[in-house]
Amino acid sequence: MEQIPKYLLSTVVALLLCFSLYDTNAAAGEGPDEVEIDSLAQLYDPVFFDHAMHEEVTDGNCAVCHHHTLGTEIEDENCMRCHAESGAADEITCQGCHSGKRFEAEYLNKIDADNTLYHRDKVGLKAAYHLRCMNCHAEMGVANGCQDCHTRTDAGDKFFHAGNYAPPESDKPAGGGH
Amino acid sequence: MKAMNRRKFLKGSLLGGAAASVISKSRNADASATFGGYPEAMGVLVDLTRCVGCRSCEAACNKEQGLPDPSHPFDDLSVLDHERRTSEGAYTIVNRYEIPGQDHPLFRKIQCNHCNEPACLTSCFVKAYTKTPEGAVIYDPTVCVGCRTCMVACPFYVPAYSYSSVLNPVIKKCIFCYDTRLKFGRPPACVEACPREVLTFGKRQDLIKIGHQRIRNYPDLYEDHIYGENEVGGTSWMYLSSAPFEQVGFDTDLGTQPILSYVKEFLTVVPMVLTIWPALFAGFHLLATRKDAQKKEEKSEKS
Repeated sequence: MEQIPKYLLSTVVALLLCFSLYDTNAAAGEGPDEVEIDSLAQLYDPVFFDHAMHEEVTDGNCAVCHHHTLGTEIEDENCMRCHAESGAADEITCQGCHSGKRFEAEYLNKIDADNTLYHRDKVGLKAAYHLRCMNCHAEMGVANGCQDCHTRTDAGDKFFHAGNYAPPESDKPAGGGH
Repeated sequence: MKAMNRRKFLKGSLLGGAAASVISKSRNADASATFGGYPEAMGVLVDLTRCVGCRSCEAACNKEQGLPDPSHPFDDLSVLDHERRTSEGAYTIVNRYEIPGQDHPLFRKIQCNHCNEPACLTSCFVKAYTKTPEGAVIYDPTVCVGCRTCMVACPFYVPAYSYSSVLNPVIKKCIFCYDTRLKFGRPPACVEACPREVLTFGKRQDLIKIGHQRIRNYPDLYEDHIYGENEVGGTSWMYLSSAPFEQVGFDTDLGTQPILSYVKEFLTVVPMVLTIWPALFAGFHLLATRKDAQKKEEKSEKS
């Protein structure tokens, strides 16, 4: 029998390994069906994010939201420079990477002290949600106002001086000036 | 004889003037090294490409600073139809700008930019203003006499005046939440409220690096300029924009010199004029009229 060339064998093995690795990656359909987001709980009721529906909308391409962290193909050239072959990451949840305490001294000092860190300008958790969700919603032409996703609490109404706390109607243009 | 005296007088005064200007020049050279800001000063980088004009920052500011109730709810976006300015009741406001050739508007948050070398501070004759090492430009309303010179001096038209107060009208402006937050290393209320991190809080020096990195990563998106990096000697609050800055209401003719440097030369001469010139010219006068006085004396002796 003809011997299989070594290089062919190793390629096949490598490919098989790749696929098996790919299989262990979280893929569409494996994520949670719903994610409760309650980081703005003071002003708004929690948002129940329909993860399953969004998987459908994105045709199962996790990278639309999750960058390269699920090992899927990267489109952004900036990311590609380092992450072309980095595969799936340990952390795939938003809050795994995007800090909920983005501007607290502790977090800022941590970044400051780490000379090796490249992602120094990584947005916090709240901005990660809003930039991702709203930019896509704008592109898709779907509902994108604050209260399209958030139900405001009474404290929220007070904060915005709206609803029960709205000022009496005024004809004057707001702002005034000096 | 009289003509001679006048000529001498003019010559003398010219010399005196020249000497004065030489002295003021050399003094200037010492003082002209610009301050450049406190090294550890904090700042905020405002990225206009992210702002959607939700006005959460305005609401947060109102609450944090205990400002009067607004005339419109903070979720009423119709107020964006008018261009607004900061006022005694609103230390920060958001304006909307339609950009020619772009299908969506840009929004710009306005507040005190907390200059490295604030014109308000240098113009204040009761020293009500302080630039803190943390980067905030704060003021002491108890010493403010309400002269409003700072309102004229500010290149950004930020300080407002409490005209509504009959008995004790004072200056009102954003203080970077110094008393309640910045002093303790926390970001101002507007930064915390912003849902899209339009406002990035950090050390000013780091923010400049972050700003340039964003421009480098997305050169097609951003204008290649950080407004406030060098304007009027640098400001703690800085801006990135996707449209030319003049289209978003920025004054792009302010130059990079602190406002102080435009008046420094003049102001160093003022004390000299007030102290040296009277003595100098009195001396000239005495010298010039000495002979006349002598003659008079001689005459009186003869007679």
